[in-house]
Amino acid sequence: MTIRTLRDHGQHYRPRMACLKKVEAFVVEMQDPKSGVKASDQKLNITSIPHVITGQDILAWIVTKMKVTTEEAQAFGTMLVAYGYIYPLQNHRKLVLVADSTLYRFQTPYFWPVQKWPAEDIDYAIYLAKRNIRKKGMLEPYEQEHYNNLHKWMNYKWDFIVMQATEQYKASKERKKPDRVVLDCQERAYWIVHRPPRRTHSGMDYGLDRLIDPNAEENIFLTQALMRSAVKSSVSLTAFVKYVTTHHTHDPLLTNPVPSNPWITDNDEFWQLNMRNVDIPTKLSVERWALSFWELISDQRGRADFKLFLKKEHSGENMAFYEAAEEMRWGAATAIPEKSQFIFNTFLKPGAPRWINIDGRTMGLTVKGLDCPHRYVLDAAQTHIFLLMKKDTFYRYLKSPVYKDMQKKALVPAPHNFTDAQLEANAKNRNPGISPIVLWQQQEAEKAAAAVAARPIDVKAMVATNKLDRK
Amino acid sequence: MCDQTFVAITFGPCDSCSENRPLMNLYIKTEPINYCSLCMEIMACQDLAGGETLNSLKAETESLRKRLEEERKKLHDVELEKVAEKAEALSALNLKTRRTLKGHANKVLCMDWCKDKRRMVSSSQVPAHPVFNSSQEHAVSMPTTWVMACAYAPSGCAIACGGLDNKCSVYPLSLDQNENLAAKKKSVALHTNYLSGCTFTNSDMQILTCSGDGTSALWDVESGQLLQSFHGHSADVLTLDLAPSETGNTFVSGGSDKKANIWDLRSGQNIQSFDTHESDVNCVKYYPSGDAFASASDDATCRLFDLRADREVSIYSKDSIIFGATSVDFSLSGRLLFAGYNDYTINVWDVLKGTRVAVLFGHENRVSSLKFSPDGTAFCSASWDNTLRIWA
Repeated sequence: MTIRTLRDHGQHYRPRMACLKKVEAFVVEMQDPKSGVKASDQKLNITSIPHVITGQDILAWIVTKMKVTTEEAQAFGTMLVAYGYIYPLQNHRKLVLVADSTLYRFQTPYFWPVQKWPAEDIDYAIYLAKRNIRKKGMLEPYEQEHYNNLHKWMNYKWDFIVMQATEQYKASKERKKPDRVVLDCQERAYWIVHRPPRRTHSGMDYGLDRLIDPNAEENIFLTQALMRSAVKSSVSLTAFVKYVTTHHTHDPLLTNPVPSNPWITDNDEFWQLNMRNVDIPTKLSVERWALSFWELISDQRGRADFKLFLKKEHSGENMAFYEAAEEMRWGAATAIPEKSQFIFNTFLKPGAPRWINIDGRTMGLTVKGLDCPHRYVLDAAQTHIFLLMKKDTFYRYLKSPVYKDMQKKALVPAPHNFTDAQLEANAKNRNPGISPIVLWQQQEAEKAAAAVAARPIDVKAMVATNKLDRK
Repeated sequence: MCDQTFVAITFGPCDSCSENRPLMNLYIKTEPINYCSLCMEIMACQDLAGGETLNSLKAETESLRKRLEEERKKLHDVELEKVAEKAEALSALNLKTRRTLKGHANKVLCMDWCKDKRRMVSSSQVPAHPVFNSSQEHAVSMPTTWVMACAYAPSGCAIACGGLDNKCSVYPLSLDQNENLAAKKKSVALHTNYLSGCTFTNSDMQILTCSGDGTSALWDVESGQLLQSFHGHSADVLTLDLAPSETGNTFVSGGSDKKANIWDLRSGQNIQSFDTHESDVNCVKYYPSGDAFASASDDATCRLFDLRADREVSIYSKDSIIFGATSVDFSLSGRLLFAGYNDYTINVWDVLKGTRVAVLFGHENRVSSLKFSPDGTAFCSASWDNTLRIWA
């Protein structure tokens, strides 16, 4: 039984190596005798090898041809070597482009990483056997390992392999010395790319195969798409530009964060100032809250501030309902019936302690849906409440004394200006901060405490325990 | 905010199977019908109905496509470059590697940030699964190679990962560094092929996964139950991203069939589809406002798709970039797009003007994954050269 791993480089269904076509066109241009890279003859040991190019020349040519910087040309050149289009003559195992007088040669097209012809194990076995015959057992350790494995797996074909190897060896002996050297180099380069020794970045390694063969069908979908309305380009594109402009000052890569970017100076004051439970937030955060309702409630400090405002207005039930609905939506499936019951009793039942004010139709739909609770049953009500908060309460919040006060109090931390010595000291004192697990536990404890406090007071129970003095 | 909010999800008896399920609103020849997602799939797979031939269906598809294109053309009144002329030019970026994390013994395939902005989880080709923060905190040994997907829970208390084992497993983290995390492992998702991507939704209780079997699925962590599955890709699904919008009801996925699809989490319906790429879509990422997304593909381009106008608005490519892009992410404001490529480089694009702003060198093998930290102060790139680099 032959166990073969079909390493056809994913050409079966999807040409993952489609980039190779472009690379090949490029390499052909490079080899043009008039406009390509300058080639010369080089003496290597006793023989003279034709058409040798230096790393420098290759780099210069790529820079001129592709109009890129030296570094990019370096990266591209390394790719050419990694994929086996160019191979180094001396340090043949290191497949990178070195930008000096290191010598390279173009690989013959026969050995290019072609799309339809995989590098078969049997060819490799023949190659190794040939090397074995010639150098009388002087294979590299990784090659020796491969050889032993192949010998085991292909034992039944071994006679054929040895015969082929001997034939090829005899044929090569009849060639002229320079040709033989060149062919040897080419073949060796080919196999280094396709069977890389350890720690060599061969370009052939592309990861896992994509498995499914795509075919298509989609009439229902297209009818849907026609029914759906779309927006004018000018409207949506202007929205992008607007978003980018308003967030420009908040982007740490475009505007330096104050006091300093923790990754650059190793001082995490920036993170400390923006924590969830900080007393006074930074001015930048406060400004960000004003950008949109979503920004306000995404920031935990902002949400806390908003809740404070709601408490003053005695309309905290909206936010509480929103949060409870979110919890049900994203929570565990087993908790749904219990949560929906709780929500109904607290927010929706007529006469509930924290009754939310939604229109009759939505209320009717929601209550009916609660008969058969699923995680999205509160969606309509939740959307209504969210829009209410977004369109009305949010703007009142922005005009309120709570917010204006916060704006005045907000900190503008001074930018850090560390000397080199201080930076080094900072680097030594890096600390991982509080573990998120600890923070999470704190948050859960706070939530539980808040839930207890929010429960409606049971008057009868208090009388029973004589807490209310009725003298 | 997109109009998804106003689609009140109907829940009730399906027209064909009469079971109580979330319903998709479909239009067959302009007539609305309400099917649950399972019946819709069955209907889509049925053979040709009476009076239809393969050719007539093909002709119908063609005519529908043409109509759709015409409709979209009417709305297309301006290009992004024109609108972007108003935006100010960018100053030069000074991005350098600030940390190099070495701890993996093999190719790093995927990484994810924790919400505390400092920690991250990364996974590699061979069993060993560090949770970093610049010193390795935990390592979990996985019984499978090629762990291609990993995610950090929003609370910071758990991680999820999966790969060639076709499963997504959740590991609760603990404060004790020496604890054996593999002992508390919980298998959540099960696909029929390799797992290519996973992410937690807004809480620790649900996971969204995508797989080489062509489907994506939403799972309940506690019970391991399948909550919703999403069918529509005709080849491996390689990547997904959740929408950052207020309602958080959609996600985008990209696959080997060159398409990027937008799905509704509640009904399982495929809402929009974009197929202008010329090769596999390796990575998709939402724009911070939630109204657009970018994709990276093996055809060496990154593209920006506008969800409201329902079309591709920008292509980020250069003649000198020949090798495929594996991952993309936006900076916090959405002005910069960072993409990692197979030629070991990271290119930085100006989203609005469509030009390349910078190119970052440093990795010694393919860049497999690239993600920004939650507050945008830095981004991390994972590579097949066994390291992760943090740039700022």
